[in-house]
This record gives sequence, structure tokens and C-alpha cells, in this order.
Amino acid sequence: MKSILKHTHIRSAARRGQRVPYACNGRFINTLHQTGDSQVAAQRADAPFRLAIIGSGPSGFYTAYRVQSKLPTARIDMYEALPVPFGLVRFGVAPDHPEVKFCINKFDEVARHPNFTYIGNTPIGSESLPFSSLLPNYNAILLSYGASKDKTLNLPGESTLSGIHSARAFVGWYNGLPEHRDLNPDLEGSDGRAVVIGQGNVALDVARILLTGVDELRKTDITEYALEALSKSKVKEVEVVGRRGPLQAAFTIKEVRELMTLPSVGFEPVPHSIIPQDTSALPRAKKRLMDTINKGTKSYPLEKNWKLSFFNSPTAFLSSPENSDQLSHIRFEKTAPAEGTNGDSVIRTGEHRDVSASLAFRSIGYKSEPISGMIEAGIPFDEKKGIVCNTFGRVARPTPDGDVQVPGMYTAGWVRRGPTGVIASTMMDAFDAGDNIVNDWLNGVEFMGKEGEVKMGWEAVKREHLGLGLKAVHWNDWDKIDKAEKERGAKIGKEREKFGTEQEMMAIV
Amino acid sequence: MPPPRGFSIFRNLQSQSRARLFHTTAADSTALPWCLPTRTPIRSGAHSKTFTTHILRPRLQFPPSTSRRLFSTTPCLSHGHLHTPKPGEELKVTFVTKEGNEFTFEVAEGDNLLDIGQANDLEMEGACGGSCACSTCHVIVEDQDMYDLLEEPDDDENDMLDLAFGLTETSRLGCQVKMKKDIDGLKVKLPAMTRNLQASDFK
Repeated sequence: MKSILKHTHIRSAARRGQRVPYACNGRFINTLHQTGDSQVAAQRADAPFRLAIIGSGPSGFYTAYRVQSKLPTARIDMYEALPVPFGLVRFGVAPDHPEVKFCINKFDEVARHPNFTYIGNTPIGSESLPFSSLLPNYNAILLSYGASKDKTLNLPGESTLSGIHSARAFVGWYNGLPEHRDLNPDLEGSDGRAVVIGQGNVALDVARILLTGVDELRKTDITEYALEALSKSKVKEVEVVGRRGPLQAAFTIKEVRELMTLPSVGFEPVPHSIIPQDTSALPRAKKRLMDTINKGTKSYPLEKNWKLSFFNSPTAFLSSPENSDQLSHIRFEKTAPAEGTNGDSVIRTGEHRDVSASLAFRSIGYKSEPISGMIEAGIPFDEKKGIVCNTFGRVARPTPDGDVQVPGMYTAGWVRRGPTGVIASTMMDAFDAGDNIVNDWLNGVEFMGKEGEVKMGWEAVKREHLGLGLKAVHWNDWDKIDKAEKERGAKIGKEREKFGTEQEMMAIV
Repeated sequence: MPPPRGFSIFRNLQSQSRARLFHTTAADSTALPWCLPTRTPIRSGAHSKTFTTHILRPRLQFPPSTSRRLFSTTPCLSHGHLHTPKPGEELKVTFVTKEGNEFTFEVAEGDNLLDIGQANDLEMEGACGGSCACSTCHVIVEDQDMYDLLEEPDDDENDMLDLAFGLTETSRLGCQVKMKKDIDGLKVKLPAMTRNLQASDFK
């Protein structure tokens, strides 16, 4: 989420950096991992291996888990910008999905391994711990810091009118992400209508949180300040709009089904002309999703309602003459499937419609950014896709002849493949990365530094860290924060009441 | 057939101390780099064969000094607790790993496949702790007739299966399949949890 990128100026590094001329994931040239020198391989089996993991979300933890289980001597140091771990599991997963957060039990187990060190409250970047201080102290670095930046629409009014939020910020706000603690979305002054632009699961999470009764949310670990704001919310209608058709929607069926079963929430049927009625020829997942949308809710309209609008592309955010600072309408242009496609690509029709809404959430995806110092260290970054160039988790520089592996650099999670997928997909690509790291190490493939050189990891980095005036948070400190949050929660009948600011977290340790 | 001697004691030991075993094995393999990956099963060949757990887990023959090293004091919540089958009421279930190795266990009625797999240290994850909120315990039932004998997956399970990698017509979530008498002898395949790309794939 917030990841390691605490400072927005970091982007300049990427701008300075060379544009990557070739797409990532091209042909892979196996320059490094021919089964290397067998002598080197034999030495390494007993040698200490030092891995730095940047980011403490699920991809970092699942990679650590995989490396631990295949190479238990590996010394793993995990760096996290915030004091608290778990990334999107803590700050992204919706509060009413506690079962999805169960994976933190596994992460906790990983973190208690004697060869594992958690280093929280330590952003990597030019104004804090430089990326370059990690390089000499590790054999390998795993980049798993996620996607911290929002994609924007760049439309008129988007950055000037009030009432327009990024869905990511809204999710961060209700989940207690310090960065968005003061978002304070105006849910009271709303005309009762909210529009979510984008049709992924984050969009549906936003819709669900806006429509769910606060008494239901009260049982979850949603922050108290968000509960208070939501209890005063006037939002009664939520429209979730996509540029393409129902078959292209990125949300998954569980999230749709949840919205269809919320008490006192109705779903406006999608016109038959827009959504396939005969779904028998569709692949299983699409078929079930279309059937669920077609089935809708038992009745409509109800006290609160939501709808899915397809083939609508936003063109402008508009205000009313009475209040020129406040969003009142969103202008959409209708689109249509391009000829010969079922909607995978669309064309503009020139027909516009204005949708009244005083609240809009932009949910069109996240992007990763390079960490300051990363480009200089030779790590190729695909700015267009917003990912580190890699071949199945091995960082690889695209060249005209194919991808060339960067020694000792690996990546997992959203910074590797882009901001899509559920925990299972993240786990899978983390396991890939973990397998690759261990296999490369045991096969004598080139890593960082000279062969046989002993790396000191955090023990060495710590000295530099001391000069920064940051207090590193370790796992026993997190235990204290965790305990304090649970105690705060217990007092008000919740599983946990998160600390909303870093100061509050640090006051505990 | 009664369970082999020591079987239930051994299994109890496993199910109570999985967290410990996880780390312990890890430590053992350091000294024995040749046994990587740590979960090296014994190949059963083309024919299915019943393995008792002590055959499956040679690691317990490692010196007790290492296998008892207690690294973790956190209870591991990600696996359930298996029941001990009553003598004469053992049900057989076979797991086929992604490498094609088969392991058969004698289990009690009511235990689910995720708990069984995890208690026996098969490569099977339950990211959501068996609450039907992810697809990491995806299994594939080998026999269509056996699949038909299982209770139909409910909407929640199907919703998760929709997201499973390598979904088949006879896919299920391990956490939702409970052993019972009419599926005695069930055989399931564990799909690969990685894309299994090795160095050789790039040559």
C-alpha cells in the first residue's frame, strides 16, 4: 500500500532513469542460470545466504516462507516503511473480510523464525535509508513493495473539485492507513449519490462499505473514525461504472454476490441488451458471474440501491453554478464494442450523458514506482506497466536479444506483475520467486558481490540506520502494538482498533 | 485392518506440533543439503500404495537433539485438528502430489482434506485457514464417479474455485471436503502451487 515509497519526489528518479525500450517478459536469455560452477554450488550449500525483502505485504512474507522452507539457513531481513507489517492484508483487505486476513497467522510464524528479522518504520529511499546501503550487505534483494501510486484519469475537474477521491485513499482511510488518516470524505453533505469509476474488486469494496449498515461494520476492525463518518453518511445510491462491458469487468463473483445479499440494498437490473442472457457458452467463471448479475436482488428498488453501468467512459467532472468547488455531475461518453470484439476494446460513440453525484471514487488501478536509487542500481523499471522488469520473478533487463537477468535481484507481488489478483495469485508468484532464489543460489548462479564474500545484512545496515534517527521496529515491538490494538478493540467490542497514525504506533514501542 | 503400531501417537504428535516440525525440518536440511527440497516424498511408482506416516516422514529419524529444537512458541492456527479414527472405522484417502507421488492416509470420518494434507505436511496451503475464502487448498478429484458422490459445492466454494489456477471439472476446495464412509478410498491430486519454472525451462 504505502509501501516503502514515503516521498513522492522519488518519482523523479524514474524520470531521470532511462526509459525501458523493450517490453518486460520478453524472451529470456539464460546468461546467469546455467547450472553454474559445481564447486561454487557446493560451497554455497553451507554458506550463509542473506536476503533483504523490501515490503512486508503478502508477497514478501510468502516468498520468505518459501525460502525458509527450502533454505532454512537463509538469513532474511524484511524492511517496511511503516511500523506495522502485512501491507495490503492490513490496509487493503476489506474489514468485513476477516477470513482473508487469516494468512497473517502464517506470516507471524515466518517472522518468528530465528533467521528472520523484521525492520519496520524504515522506508527505503533517498531521504531515509538509501537503497544503496542495502546493496553491499546482501546476496540478494527481493522487491515486494507493492503498488503505491494511483492511476489517474486526467480529466477536467478531477484535481480541482471536492468530492472526488481515489478509491485507494478511501480504502486506506477506513482501514487506518496513516497516509490517509485525514481524508475525511464528505459523506454527509452528499446528495445521496456516489459514483465509483472502475469495475474491479476495490470498486465493489468501496460500494459495499458505503452501502453496508454501520451496525454490521461495527463488528469488524474498521476504524472508529470511519465508522462515525459512515454512520452519518447520506449515500443511498451507488453507481459503479465501467468503460467496457460486463464480460470485461475485473471484479470477482464473491464481491458481487455480497452486494446482492446486503440487507435493504437493491440492485438495478442491467438492461438485457448489455449483458448476455444466454450464458451457456461462456467459460465457467464468466458464466457464473453473468448469472449472478442477471439474477440481481430479490427486489428493487429498496432503501439503498446500487447499479452497474457498462460502456461509459468519463470525460469531465462538473460542478453546479451554485457551488463551483463541489462536484455535482460527471459527464460520461457512451462507448460501444469495437467491431469484431465482444467489448475487449471499445470505441467512443459521441453520445454523452451526465450523471449527478456529489461523491466520486476513482478506482482504475494502482501503479508501482521505482524506489529512489533502484534505477541507478541497474534495476530496469517498465514505467508504462508500472512494474519492475522481470522474468518469473527474476529481475531481468530487456535487451534487443532478450531479457538478461540482474544478479541477486528478485521481485514478487504487485510490483512484479501489476496490481491484480487475489491472495492465492500473490502466493503463487511469491512461491515462484522463492523457488527461483533458492534454485539460483544452490546452482551457483551469480548473486550480488564477490563469490564467498560474507554479507552482514541488518547487522551492518543497522550502523547506518542509527545515524538516520529512525527507531527500527522489530517483531517484539509489533507484538506490543498488536496487543495494544487488540485491547483498544476489546473495550468497544471489536477484534482490533487500529492506531491511525505512526506517532500512536511508535508511542507503544 | 488396524492402524500400524504407533500410528496414532505419531499423528497426534504431528498435529500438535506442526509449527515446530516445520522449523525443525528446515534446520535439519541445512546439514543435509542433498535432501533439498525438504519435502522429499518416497516415490510410490505407478501403483497406488498405502503409506503409513512413518514411511512418509523419514525426517523424524533425525537425531532428537535437532528435531526437538523449539524455535516457535506460537500455536499454529492454520491447520485443524485431526480426529483419531476408531479401530475398524478408518477411511482411506490418497493424495497425489504434483510430482506424481501417492500417499494414502487412514483418517477419521469428518476430517477435511486440508487438515489431513497439512497434518501430514503435504504441500497444501490454507491461506484463509479453511474458511472458504481463498483457493489455495484446491484439489482435483481423480475419479468422476467419486466426485459425483461428494456433496455439491455451495456458491461460496464455487466462487472461490472460479479463481483457482488450473481449474478442472472435478476441482474442489480441500477445506470443504469432509471424509465420510461413502467416499472411502477417495483420491485427489494436488495442483502445482507454483508455475514450476526451473532453470531448465529457460534453456
